[in-house]
Amino acid sequence: MTPRPPAIRTKAETALAESFEQNRATMPGGDALRGQRARAFDVFHERGLPHRRIEAWHYTDLRNLMREAYPITQGAPAAAPASGLRIIIRDGVCTLPTGAPPAGLKLTTLRDALAGASDALIHALFPDQGADDAMVAFNAAMARDGVLIEIAPGAVIDEVIELDVTASGDAPHGDISRSLVLVGEGARASILESHAAPPKVQRNSAMIFAVGAGASLAHVFETCADSPELHVSTLIADVGKDARFESFAFVSAGEVLRRQGFVRGSGEGAKIALRGVNLLKAKQHADTTLVVDHAVPHGESRELFKTILDGEASCVFQGKVVVRPHAQKTDGGMKSQAILLSDDAAMYNKPELEIFADDVVCGHGATVGQLDADQIFYLMARGLPRAQAEGMIIEGFAREALEFVGNEAIRERLGAGLADWLARRAS
Amino acid sequence: MLDITDLHANIDGKEILKGLSLHVKAGEVAAIMGPNGSGKSTLSYVVAGRAGYDVTSGSIMLNGEDILAMEANERAAKGIFLAFQYPLEIPGVTTMTFLKAAMNAQRKQRGEEELTTPDFIKRVRAAADKLGVSQDMLRRPLNVGFSGGEKKRMEVLQMVLLEPKIAILDETDSGLDIDALRIVAEGVNALRSPDRAFLVITHYQRLLEYIVPDSVHVQSAGRIVKSGDKELAHELEKNGYRDYVADAA
Ligand SMILES: Nc1ncnc2c1ncn2[C@@H]1O[C@H](COP(=O)(O)OP(=O)(O)OP(=O)(O)O)[C@@H](O)[C@H]1O
Ligand SMILES: [Mg+2]
Repeated sequence: MTPRPPAIRTKAETALAESFEQNRATMPGGDALRGQRARAFDVFHERGLPHRRIEAWHYTDLRNLMREAYPITQGAPAAAPASGLRIIIRDGVCTLPTGAPPAGLKLTTLRDALAGASDALIHALFPDQGADDAMVAFNAAMARDGVLIEIAPGAVIDEVIELDVTASGDAPHGDISRSLVLVGEGARASILESHAAPPKVQRNSAMIFAVGAGASLAHVFETCADSPELHVSTLIADVGKDARFESFAFVSAGEVLRRQGFVRGSGEGAKIALRGVNLLKAKQHADTTLVVDHAVPHGESRELFKTILDGEASCVFQGKVVVRPHAQKTDGGMKSQAILLSDDAAMYNKPELEIFADDVVCGHGATVGQLDADQIFYLMARGLPRAQAEGMIIEGFAREALEFVGNEAIRERLGAGLADWLARRAS
Repeated sequence: MLDITDLHANIDGKEILKGLSLHVKAGEVAAIMGPNGSGKSTLSYVVAGRAGYDVTSGSIMLNGEDILAMEANERAAKGIFLAFQYPLEIPGVTTMTFLKAAMNAQRKQRGEEELTTPDFIKRVRAAADKLGVSQDMLRRPLNVGFSGGEKKRMEVLQMVLLEPKIAILDETDSGLDIDALRIVAEGVNALRSPDRAFLVITHYQRLLEYIVPDSVHVQSAGRIVKSGDKELAHELEKNGYRDYVADAA
């Protein structure tokens, strides 16, 4: 019998393993948590960095892309934001806003929450969804902080809860955070997760949502002008009976971004919507890999991703919809559409349906194309110069997805970001 | 105003226009009729400046200026308007956004002031009311999900707002119901003026009862093979194209 080659073998993998060893003694939390982290680290240790032979990572070979692992450091907490409902996670350390949150909303830093964490909290923070993914496991093993957002049953939080994930300093470093959002029955809230960083940052962030029966949560993920060089972002959600979970991603910055979603409809009538816009140029690479799991009947899911690629950019959409044997009357629709503005850009679409129930409506569509010459001519014949005509078609294409952002202020801001991206492309 | 002389144009190596000549004077409404595939839409595209055609000889002059080297948007700004036989859908772009961009793009190229928003809205309202274009249509993405007749009406609305020097209407009557046909024709007639010309491509005499042409031309196999006055349209309605198709062959 030939021995299996050790999974941990690259320089980066060795560095990540060492940083776990260095940190394990000082991690917050009691024995139960320590056990949890050790098990998670074992998963990472066994697998190493994901590479092209791991199907879910086929197009984003981290072993190749992460030649060097930057040291994972914690900084001092950022100064508390003076106003607004803004939480800052800087260099993996959480700072809460000073003002009292609106009624029904409770914010706790994860490091405080972990100090006396109940089994229920630990269970919620480390769900089994995605747990065997090496990067989710590494995040579980290493995350010291983040935010715990608790929304009381029936509470309606009108103000958007902003989560600014950022980093400081010019020295190359890595940051890790994990946040948990517990939405009580019938509650409603929206969360804006923004990612920024100086040039040399590697980030592994996870957001975990548990959406109670009849509740509604709208989540927006956005990259800021300066974003991490390498970012693995994980979203895990469990959506209860008649609850609604919507997540929208606006991606225009960063060099390598892997967004992976593990979303489960665990209550009847759960509605899930995952959408986004990718605007990529130069050598940017963005990967969206989703698993939507319908475990019970009458679930609904919608995925819509619009991608515009210029330069040598590449983008991946892998969407898997699983309908379990008893999940009858599931209604699933998945679409990924891309426009290539350059011959050197590449789009990889891989929609997948795994249906084990017989009475379901599920469909998917994926298109990749260039700008339509007839549409361009139509607009030019009305007086628009070519660049403006192209810009208008691209903007309309992306707006078809943007329209689903329910919060008007956020929608308009993202729309302005889109217009800005197009203007910079034209200039 | 529009002088097309001995125009030869190919697409994908196939000659579609084979020595076509046509002269339209300011203030004139000229009608073109002709069998399917005779190159009427091709002519309209070549005049409007669509890419992909190879003009091998001949000329197109607008008020004495050669337009063949101009981009489509420059021709539009010079006053050429084409109402498409098959208007395109532009998803995600509301009709209002598009109209404003088009009107201002033309003004900018002509060195004119951009329209203020209230002025723009006033103009659109007035034109839309006359043509029976609903507010709902203006808010929706351009032509997306519009019925065939609604798309044609939208073409006429654009023509009215862009105030061209020469408007080419490529089968704008097809797909219109009886009332819409009358409304659209009234829209065209209201624009008739001594310094504006129209080139109306149609298969049916009916439209020409509403928009009475000054001249009627028969196009066959890439050429104008017969010209006359409005009586020619009546004759075609009765006898069809057989005399002219034979001539061209
Ligand atoms: N890309 C192309 N390659 C080859 N032939 C083409 C191409 N595009 C158009 N044609 C041909 O050119 C001819 C003229 O087409 P055009 O659309 O101008 O006709 P038309 O007179 O407008 O017809 P209709 O009355 O049906 O609208 C047709 O035979 C058509 O098949
Ligand atoms: Mg035609």
